[in-house]
Amino acid sequence: MAFKVNCGKQIAVTLLGWGVALWVFFPIFWMFLTGFKSEVQAVSTPPQLFFKPTLSSYAEVFERANYWHFTINTVLVSVIATGVALALAVPAAYSMAFMPSKRTRSTLLWMLSTRMLPSVGVLVPIYLLARNAHLLDTVLGLAIVDMLTNLPIVIWMLFTFFREVPAPILEAGRMDGASRWQEMTMVLLPLALPGIASTALLSLILCWNEAFWSLNLTSSNAAPLTAFIASFSSPEGLFFGKLSAASTLAVAPILVFGWFSQKQLVRGLTFGAVK
Amino acid sequence: MQAVLNTSAAPSAPARKGKGAGFLLLSPAVFILLVWSIVPLVMTLWYSLQNYNLVDPTLHGFAGINNYWYLLTDPDFLQSLLNTLLLVAGVLVISVGGGTLLAVLYDQDFFGRGIARVLVISPFFVMPTVSALLWKNLMLHPIYGVYSAMMRAVGLTPIDWLSQYPLATVMMIVSWEWLPFAVLILLTAVQSLDGEQKEAARMDGAGPIARFRYIILPHLSRAISVVVMIETIYLLTIFAEISVTTAGGPGVASSNLAFLIYSRALLQFDVGGASAGGVIAIVIANIVAAFLVRAVARNLEV
Repeated sequence: MAFKVNCGKQIAVTLLGWGVALWVFFPIFWMFLTGFKSEVQAVSTPPQLFFKPTLSSYAEVFERANYWHFTINTVLVSVIATGVALALAVPAAYSMAFMPSKRTRSTLLWMLSTRMLPSVGVLVPIYLLARNAHLLDTVLGLAIVDMLTNLPIVIWMLFTFFREVPAPILEAGRMDGASRWQEMTMVLLPLALPGIASTALLSLILCWNEAFWSLNLTSSNAAPLTAFIASFSSPEGLFFGKLSAASTLAVAPILVFGWFSQKQLVRGLTFGAVK
Repeated sequence: MQAVLNTSAAPSAPARKGKGAGFLLLSPAVFILLVWSIVPLVMTLWYSLQNYNLVDPTLHGFAGINNYWYLLTDPDFLQSLLNTLLLVAGVLVISVGGGTLLAVLYDQDFFGRGIARVLVISPFFVMPTVSALLWKNLMLHPIYGVYSAMMRAVGLTPIDWLSQYPLATVMMIVSWEWLPFAVLILLTAVQSLDGEQKEAARMDGAGPIARFRYIILPHLSRAISVVVMIETIYLLTIFAEISVTTAGGPGVASSNLAFLIYSRALLQFDVGGASAGGVIAIVIANIVAAFLVRAVARNLEV
């Protein structure tokens, strides 16, 4: 549009936009930087922006804790929880989107309200149930709990995506003789794939970062990255270098993942409320 | 703008014949959520009426409302309840208010906008334990923290934020995590606004504030509902941030209900007391949820 460009305003917007962005991102940047400092450099006053980088903190982190063990646990928990949640949620969302009944709306709201159940309120019974089922400190146990806490949001998101699929397309499939199963897997799923992908993304991110159940239901075998970090936050000393290196290792995969998938993610998070 | 639809009258969803199939497909999820929400709840209710301590087996039997009475008459309980509500309200105000302004800012065209956006939304992907440790140690540490160094550089005395202003500092850390989320959602909403509409308003002589108030803000109302709903779900049960930074202290100055129950009852292996606290937390969450879900769901496409 050929409007007179207001140069002063343009500069102000650029400065403000970048200023806010750098300020918000600064702690993450600093964490990344501090991971390459020695412990002495990490606590120097004033803090150094320029320094001779070293990998000693990373070396010590890898020596002290089996990073891959925690990472594999996190990946397993996130993937299993997301997979099972999708397997349960796709038929449920399909049913509510294409075969709605009078109770669909209240069912959805009820599902969402189960998500409001404070974890701490049911920690004792869940802990005891998990203990009795020998699921304490197992990947499966944590995955089940993570799956259940995310299921309502996963169903809700899929429901809004499915609603955007025009019903006549499904009808056409059925005219051609598709069974309900074929209709769901061969007609609906490919059409709703972007929506399913963004739902899966959100579920993966939520599982990856989940702290409460991870810290309370696991100890060593199934301990995920959240527990890995907790073990580096030792109160007996300030090891900023190791803490930063460990933190960087814990958040880097999901952060990079998030950067690449942010567009997908937004679609899912808005529950179809933002077009 | 698409009209808000009612499921019962959704044109895109003609009821197929065969209610049985619909029920069959829906029932696994409903059943599992029903079990998940009722079994622990009933167990919690039962334990909350018992004297049940894992380290003191001599103490057992029916406690009646003693566990509840003990908690409700504890002044720390009221303080934590207040803190819980303050945390939710404070973070919502900061993230929705700031998020709206930033969404408008990042809707403007400027050099490197794409990268700046990615930087702003990054904290949302950082796990809560890490963000809490980052802020506590690298940023706000009274001696080694970057913020303290900056304050010294301009001649001020560094503040020990977490011990002097524990609740406000926790609120700030949590806001840092959730502001990006609000920006992410609200920016998408702002971008979906019709450019012509903004231009027309400009032609009619509406200033930037009037355009924001009468065009952008109404357009954002649904997106804001989404942000408020999702954030409240998570903010009611903030745990990791408090546990890592202040451990609820000093005293209970920065404990929310979730953390109080955890520290008081569970660390003392008092299953009965913890369960009573859990029941209270569930009741409060449901009160908030009842208001929220109804208010927000009206704005969502259900």
